[in-house]
Amino acid sequence: MVNSFLLDKLEENFPTKIQEIPDAHDLLTVIVDKEDLIEVLRFLKSNSELQFIHLTDITAVHYPHLEKEFAVVYHIHSLVHNIRIRVKVFLQGPNPEIPTATVVWKGANWMERETFDFFGVNFIGHPDLRRILNVDDMEVFPMRKEYPLEDPNRVDKKDLYFGR
Amino acid sequence: MSEFISKITPNQPVFEDNDPQDELITLNIGPTHPATHGVFQNVVQIDGERIVSGVSTIGYIHRAFEKIAEHRPFYQITPLTDRLNYCSAPINNMGWHMTVEKLLKIEIPKRVQYMRVIIMELARIADHIICNGILGVDTGAFSGFLYVMQEREFIYEIFEEICGARLTTNIGRIGGFERDFNAIAFEKIREFLKRYPPVLQEFEELFVRNRIFIERTSGVAAVTAEDALDYGWSGPILRATGVDYDIRVQNPYCSYDEFDFDVPVGTTGDVYDRFMVRNAEMWQSLRIIEQALDKIEKEPKGVFHAEVPDFYLPPKEQVYTNMEALIYHFKIVMGEVDTPKAEVYHAVEGANGELGFYLIHDGGRSPYRLHFRRPSFVNYQMFAPMSAGMLISDAIINMSSLNVIAGELDA
Repeated sequence: MVNSFLLDKLEENFPTKIQEIPDAHDLLTVIVDKEDLIEVLRFLKSNSELQFIHLTDITAVHYPHLEKEFAVVYHIHSLVHNIRIRVKVFLQGPNPEIPTATVVWKGANWMERETFDFFGVNFIGHPDLRRILNVDDMEVFPMRKEYPLEDPNRVDKKDLYFGR
Repeated sequence: MSEFISKITPNQPVFEDNDPQDELITLNIGPTHPATHGVFQNVVQIDGERIVSGVSTIGYIHRAFEKIAEHRPFYQITPLTDRLNYCSAPINNMGWHMTVEKLLKIEIPKRVQYMRVIIMELARIADHIICNGILGVDTGAFSGFLYVMQEREFIYEIFEEICGARLTTNIGRIGGFERDFNAIAFEKIREFLKRYPPVLQEFEELFVRNRIFIERTSGVAAVTAEDALDYGWSGPILRATGVDYDIRVQNPYCSYDEFDFDVPVGTTGDVYDRFMVRNAEMWQSLRIIEQALDKIEKEPKGVFHAEVPDFYLPPKEQVYTNMEALIYHFKIVMGEVDTPKAEVYHAVEGANGELGFYLIHDGGRSPYRLHFRRPSFVNYQMFAPMSAGMLISDAIINMSSLNVIAGELDA
């Protein structure tokens, strides 16, 4: 199976709901809206021609310069046809919300907890949305870009000073 | 004292609503219990010896790998990856460098690919030795663990010969290796291929038909293929359920498609099958290493890295004597070289399963975002739900058969 077949299949079933990122380096990457997410994931998993049965990973990315500043990223693998797909959902900040994927794969549970823990993405309908790696009484979401790791007063590591 | 006694009247039994006979007891297994083999906790409710429900707590050694990686150039991330699964550090290491090479579109010479295969398979054997040995210890068979430990030490000696370090090897470079395998290293690898099979054979015979071992493990924590896939399992424990999913076969990297090896699968997905799958994988790894050694001999000698002067660190002797090389070394280590903007996901078959690196690069000196897909993290989340109804002793065996590595669990 090749990416173009997969994309055709998705566009055929979800016209106007799927947007491809054309310059993806290795995997077919599509953007969907959060309203359509569960429908698309269910389709990917249950369609007999696709069978994306293995949820590999869920994570998030913070793009503070974008209007929709959070992207939740799903990596899914069809073991049967040996093809992978990356699904991205962009969300509005600062308290982003998205439906949970635990209704499709049970394994999404801890991956979503980790994403919540680090980015503060609220997975609606998640059975047990608690912090997982950080302490419970932490108040910030540390992987957001507004929490730099190093002393912001240090100038020697800024790209601007190296002509970039 | 007399006040206290006067409060107890004969008609009021002290333990009326606290009868240990019909109350569930809360038991903490961990965080630093020897049976957990790492720092993580399971709070279980037990009814006698049987677990009724449980909650897993992880994160005690969380070290913020991903956050640190956002502030470091590629080479400075390498030592972080070593500390993910510290039982098979070279696999993490190679996986990370392969991800960077995918990003930079660097082609690796064949000889380097075979060298990587050798290193990764040695690491896989070392990891499986630990896992299966510990499983033996948890079932009460300490001798097996001791028999094979010497062989793991020998693998570490090979690593030491190659790069000078034993545990956290830091062995890879972008484009290849820091130095070539020397003659002694090749000799030692050949020696390992000779001395390990009889030991593995003996180790297997200790367990495979041992009645105690069979009764403690077969039928324990059996998982169906559907459940395993639903929970995103990968690696030996998924293959033990009968799913033939191995990234080395499905998405070959490092020329794995040129090698002739089998993917062992189980049938029932219980602890016994997981043990057997791991054991069978060690035999296959030996096969792969043997083939890789033969293939290396046919390749031109002395090629241990790709010709990518923009990313491959100059040799140390030049850095110390040559100004140009020193500047280049500095530029590469500090991330001063031009890199493309891209998003890549690269997965390797780690000892525990799919070890994936999701790298978003914006052309800056360090990754915009780096995410590790750690197999232990995904595999372990099924532990608490599947423990319900199990005996405590079975749950302990189940935990060691999942091979939970705390460094990989918490990252």
